Amino acid sequence: MTEAAAAAVSIRGVSKRFERGNVLALDAIDLDIGPGEFVSLIGPSGCGKSTLLRVIGDLVQPTEGEALVNGKDAHRARLDRDYGIVFQDAVLYDWRTVARNIGLPLELAGWDRGRRTERVAEMLGLVELEGFADHHPWQLSGGMQQRVSIARALSFSPALLLMDEPFGALDEMTRERLNGELLRIWHELGATVVFVTHSIAESVFLSTRVVVMSARPGRIAGIVEVDLPQPRGPETREHPRFAEHITEVRRLLRSGGMEGL
Amino acid sequence: MSNAAAAAPLSQRRRIDPLPFLRSAATSLLLLAVFWALWEGYKWLGERVGIDWPFTVNERTMPHVHEMFGQLFEPSRRNGPLLIDVLADAALFTAREAAVGFALGATIGFAIAVVLSESRLLQRGFLPYIVASQTIPILAIAPMVVIWINPKLPDPLAGWGAVAVIAAYLTFFPVAINTLRGLTSVDPRAVELMRSYAAGRWSILWKLRAPASLPYLFTALKIAAPAAVVGAIIGELPSSIQDGLAGAILNFNQYYVTSPPSLWATNIVAAAVGILFFAVVAVAERLVVRRAPENVA
Amino acid sequence: MRRRAADWIPAAFVFLGGIALWEGLVRALDVERFLLPAPSAIVETLWERRELLWNAGLYTFSEALGGFAIGCTLAVLSAILLSRFHRVGQALMPFAIAANAVPIIAFAPITNQWFGPLNKTSKMAIVAILVFFPVLVNTLRGLTSVRPSSIELMRSYAAGEVEIYRRVRLPNALPYLFSALKVATVLAMIGAVVGEYFLSSQEALGFQIRNSAALFQFELAWAAIVVASVLGVAFYAAVALVEHLTMGWHVSARGES
Repeated sequence: MTEAAAAAVSIRGVSKRFERGNVLALDAIDLDIGPGEFVSLIGPSGCGKSTLLRVIGDLVQPTEGEALVNGKDAHRARLDRDYGIVFQDAVLYDWRTVARNIGLPLELAGWDRGRRTERVAEMLGLVELEGFADHHPWQLSGGMQQRVSIARALSFSPALLLMDEPFGALDEMTRERLNGELLRIWHELGATVVFVTHSIAESVFLSTRVVVMSARPGRIAGIVEVDLPQPRGPETREHPRFAEHITEVRRLLRSGGMEGL
Repeated sequence: MSNAAAAAPLSQRRRIDPLPFLRSAATSLLLLAVFWALWEGYKWLGERVGIDWPFTVNERTMPHVHEMFGQLFEPSRRNGPLLIDVLADAALFTAREAAVGFALGATIGFAIAVVLSESRLLQRGFLPYIVASQTIPILAIAPMVVIWINPKLPDPLAGWGAVAVIAAYLTFFPVAINTLRGLTSVDPRAVELMRSYAAGRWSILWKLRAPASLPYLFTALKIAAPAAVVGAIIGELPSSIQDGLAGAILNFNQYYVTSPPSLWATNIVAAAVGILFFAVVAVAERLVVRRAPENVA
Repeated sequence: MRRRAADWIPAAFVFLGGIALWEGLVRALDVERFLLPAPSAIVETLWERRELLWNAGLYTFSEALGGFAIGCTLAVLSAILLSRFHRVGQALMPFAIAANAVPIIAFAPITNQWFGPLNKTSKMAIVAILVFFPVLVNTLRGLTSVRPSSIELMRSYAAGEVEIYRRVRLPNALPYLFSALKVATVLAMIGAVVGEYFLSSQEALGFQIRNSAALFQFELAWAAIVVASVLGVAFYAAVALVEHLTMGWHVSARGES
């Protein structure tokens, strides 16, 4: 399995104003993400974390500032297919089998069938869904569909993985299990991950750093360095520092305008 | 959403479970028998009691069901070919017109939808007219369309070509509207996903929008297929085309008194053609459109 | 989302452009005039023969309306009945679907035999059969597509079947019903006119169309068609108005359906 080269992400002075309603979603965000890091973006609804993720992915253009991936601007990075993206909804195509869903980006990149089949098989192994290649998405559970979505995002070994609340729609037990699997995959690939989430516990468990954002207009309220030992597993949740980090994040969220915490 | 229970080996799940299928087939047969009994029962009662309203019940207005089917195996006229042969030829003739028209209309409708899906401006300009074309009762103008177009057609198409055009007109509208809806109602995140793969407009159309619109397309095709048959039959009316089902209907209507079951038999054949067209599309849908089975509560 | 007036501008352009093109082409290509008359000629004929057309229009419209009323009433009653006896409804569904695929209009000669070709009733009968199945299928779907939790809620209030129909099923079915009724108006008008092609009284619109077309009096034929179209649209609009008045609260009435 080829090691994905990890990408560094630089966000310089990114602001985003939406015309509809004249909403300032992001306000001069500066953030540097080093290669191989696992960074979570967390914040109240409307703080712009999903927007920021999409700016990195060149799916949304910033009104000011720029996002760079490995020194390239985001637009170039998208055209070069430097990242994979996973949404909360698996967004699988019902009319394709699991295998063909995973192979979609490879098709678009012009890979021939032999190479595609090989890589798809690798990916299925990576997310532990061997044997489901010929199933259709609706035949799988929600958690399984998300694993397919992750496999698809990783199929061309991107240096960067963008994830927008991928486990948000799943029940807690599946979620915790997939958290563990995601970390395992991250270790194997060594890619950089930018992960948007609503869950404080999840952000602390997964990340090397947690970026806490404030309510609209979106700014960075603070960054928590999570120094829990790697590799992490279920026992990490019982580490004394785990609860402390959660409190740190919570405090920053409160200061950023989230009430009731 | 199915859970781990659905993760059984694929080969097992694909086998059609025979029991429910047989059961529903049996129920349908039973219902057919009930309808038959109702018909014969009403007829018997009507003739006995002399029912006059809504219409007089007698041999002429209500032939026996078995007479209708039996008539198929009688000569269509004195020393003539069997009725079933005559009707089969007529049905084939009309079916061909309808099929050609259907294919033509479906292709045009699909093309219109693809073009319109790419531009909101085009949509706003043309959509109201496409919708308004529905208010022109094409069936009503069938007489004129046929008289207008027929002289213009090259010889092999003359006669039935105009009828195919009518069938096409009836088909293109539902196909265009439904396919357009399918092409434009794609999940925006699926489009974002394609963009994240740096997919161009054409790729997005071909690999995402078109497959996603197939269910909508087939819904339209299921509406259009019987409509094309109706269009073909009505189109034949003014053309004085003798070879099709309309000709047969008019003929046996004219001579109704001599053989009432003949007209009924003709209508049964016409009904069969309509149902057949629908069934073909429905089967095609089963094969082409692979989606989650619909939940009907 | 309500369309802003400006949204209609592209469509208006196409319309004016189309009419102008038609008028222009007809004048330029003299040959075609007698088959596809200029809009101006049609309007002229509409005015000159207005009495004839108006009477014919009313005659045919009454057939359409009568058939519509009979067919829709029977369909709604049947739908209510079938929704109550769920399994019968399910067993009959394939037949209703098949019946929808049958070219019902081809049975016009038979209704002519039953009621007499010159009688309005023969056309009303065809229209009634024509609208029956779509309205039945749609209304049934509306009555039965209620969320189970709604029914459970009513049962928790010890509501009986009649109450459940009144408060849950029927209101839920209204959007489906109206959507089917609108389709039925179109079918009714077309059904009446086309049914008349098979033989009808001379007072009927369908007769006028066929007759004048056969006599190559195309201006009159097209004028009659315009009358049929206008009546069809008016019929549709009337039902849409009733829908708006009774269901203004509903989501689909607020936006594009």
